[in-house]
Amino acid sequence: MTSIGTGYDLSASTYSPDGRIFQVEYANKAVENSGTIIGLRVKDGVVIAVENLVHSKLLVPGANRRIQTVDRHMGLASAGFLADGRHIANRAREEAGNHRDTYRSPPTLKTIAGRLGLYIQAYTLYSSVRPFGISTVVGAVDKDGPALYVIEPSGVFYGYHGAAVGKGRQLAKTELEKLNLAEMSTREAVTEAARIVYAVHEDNKEKEFELEMSWIGDETKGLFIPVPKDLKEEAERKAKEAIEGDFE
Amino acid sequence: MFRNTYDSDNTVFSPQGRLHQVEYALEAVKQGSAAVGLRSKTHSILLALKRSTGELASYQQKMFRIDDHVGIAIAGLTSDARVLSNFMRQQAMSERMVFNRPVPVNRLVSAIADKAQWNTQEYGRRPYGVGFLVIGQDQLGPHLYEFSPSGNSYEYYAMSIGARSQSAKTYLEKHYETFMDCNLEDLIRHGLHALRETLQQDKELTINNTSIGIVGPAGAHETNVPSDGSFRILEGEVIEPYLKTMIAKEGETGTAAQPPPATGDEDVQMAE
Amino acid sequence: MDHFPGNWGRLRNDDYDAYGTFPIPHRPSNAPKDTFSEGVQRTQQPIVTGTSVLAIKFKDGILMAADNLASYGSLARFKDVQRLRPVGDYTVIGAGGDMSDFQYIQSLLDDLVVEEFTSQDGHNLGPKEIHEYLSQVMYGRRTKINPLWNSILVGGLKDGQRFLAYVDLLGTTYSADTLATGYGAYIAQPLLRRAVEGRADTLTEEEAAKILEDCMRVLFYRDARSLNKYQIATITASGVSISDSKALETSWEFAEGIRGYGAQTQ
Repeated sequence: MTSIGTGYDLSASTYSPDGRIFQVEYANKAVENSGTIIGLRVKDGVVIAVENLVHSKLLVPGANRRIQTVDRHMGLASAGFLADGRHIANRAREEAGNHRDTYRSPPTLKTIAGRLGLYIQAYTLYSSVRPFGISTVVGAVDKDGPALYVIEPSGVFYGYHGAAVGKGRQLAKTELEKLNLAEMSTREAVTEAARIVYAVHEDNKEKEFELEMSWIGDETKGLFIPVPKDLKEEAERKAKEAIEGDFE
Repeated sequence: MFRNTYDSDNTVFSPQGRLHQVEYALEAVKQGSAAVGLRSKTHSILLALKRSTGELASYQQKMFRIDDHVGIAIAGLTSDARVLSNFMRQQAMSERMVFNRPVPVNRLVSAIADKAQWNTQEYGRRPYGVGFLVIGQDQLGPHLYEFSPSGNSYEYYAMSIGARSQSAKTYLEKHYETFMDCNLEDLIRHGLHALRETLQQDKELTINNTSIGIVGPAGAHETNVPSDGSFRILEGEVIEPYLKTMIAKEGETGTAAQPPPATGDEDVQMAE
Repeated sequence: MDHFPGNWGRLRNDDYDAYGTFPIPHRPSNAPKDTFSEGVQRTQQPIVTGTSVLAIKFKDGILMAADNLASYGSLARFKDVQRLRPVGDYTVIGAGGDMSDFQYIQSLLDDLVVEEFTSQDGHNLGPKEIHEYLSQVMYGRRTKINPLWNSILVGGLKDGQRFLAYVDLLGTTYSADTLATGYGAYIAQPLLRRAVEGRADTLTEEEAAKILEDCMRVLFYRDARSLNKYQIATITASGVSISDSKALETSWEFAEGIRGYGAQTQ
């Protein structure tokens, strides 16, 4: 980025002469340094898995979650600034609540992703605010079936079968592309998600991490909830085996 | 010496995706004297080092009661802390009024963390210049949280904030696995040992400069503690028995609580 | 004075955000209120109404009953209305009075339950909390002279504690082993007390259900706004269940002898 320091990169409300908004690009940097988050949209549900980097061994395991629940059937996880992630989760809950109050029905994920996209985009327009330093993976099973979107700091959002954001996204995307997501059950997706997060972490080994997974599918009665302990432990065991297998 | 192009405003990202104003706010927390928090299966406790501006001045208040079941210790700008603790009290009272229950501690901490996040994103404001350690008990037992100006909050087994808190953290990391099964007296002793690590050369913990905050059942040295073990702050004469239990550091003789070697980052005194 | 010219010259609301610490989007507005607020009329009477709700404690929890009728004045307008509703995993509410106000209350509570669910932190609303919340909503509305026209029973069981309490359009609350709203407060309450008082810890579910059924039958005989189709909600340690609609067995032979009702004999 040769334009650094030219003065065109100090505000979200300023274009550089070649038409770029540097503040948004810098916000993306905050995302790129964060632990990896992946989302899998499969036959009957969605799984979101997080490589939750642990900055101190004094942390209470399992108490500091990055995956947030938005509505009964909907959840999200944000890579980047943790506090910005909470901000956007609160906003998503408000949007979902407003939708329910207006239409007396639960919102579709497309609606919420769209609303969040507009909200995040508004923070790229003015010098009086900064953009969000997060990319958000949102997942749900709504009346149209399973859905998965990623919203970026610029406010753009795309739907995915398999999505990855954060530090290890390249490797994770490669692994996701190998899977037959459309035919997979949510239970199988949990195992695959754990394996991919463990594999991705191999490149980031100096930091400890905690695997965090939530899911919604036929087995969860329409609720977006953390993956049950036994299933998660089983998936982690298989993930560790797979990694050791690679080294043989 | 710190000056760079991207640090004058909290609405500006640096090319590395950092927020310098927020990072400077975290430095403000380190200007305050240290506070330590730790927890066992039954208790959560706070310990803090109070400063005084001189012989004629009282010691700075480091601990605040939020509700019967929650208390905080602060490091950084006291006036910011008072605004935030006022907000926490309102939240706690509102939860009692609307739902007739003590507010879940994690939600109280998240509420101020979410509030702090806005101050990192809007022009014309500065991030709060204070960090909290929050202890409390609810249906799920005793808890310890850290709140920081970046809008982050985490739950810990043990944590320290403020000037030279890294030394205390080192102590806590060495011993935290034993805390869970400690009784209150042992837990406080660990807390005092950790707090001692943050002292400047030639200083020691006394009944005047130390505060202890507790939630959980009454300990052996305590009287008049409500049966629900609600939050209380111990200061002055009553902490004498706890100071006496401290064990002199290895390689030192004579009176207990010899100061540790300075650890590099010089403490900033308010006026001395 | 704050940094927001829109607020200058207007009164600051010190009860809320005294120090101007709230983020801009959440800041209270000091703008003038609705110009036509003087002309707005508040609720003066209920329109589509449900009648009594009955509830009792028994050995293992709470049993609640209400019929399926919503009346429009004296017209039996809707015969398939569910007046018992689960709230969260531990609670049932049953409402008499205005049914549209009850639907509004349900949506308030649904928002509350979703909010609690999304925090995913192991804290859940029990009947005690829901009753307190409802009583604050009801009292708040009555203080605005705009009540939600209902009388509501809240029953539940959480952490081994049974809970049964009442709240109405005035914000009045009370708690007892037997409760009845509306017409049932006059007709069924004495029967319930005789059957339950002193036995709330020993009654079985079958016995309790029998007591409620008998009272619902008496109410159907006596209450012109009732229906012989009703549901029973059971709250025990294993959760909340609301039965399908049941029909009451009734016998009207006695009516033959009533002047002006049966076949005329003179």
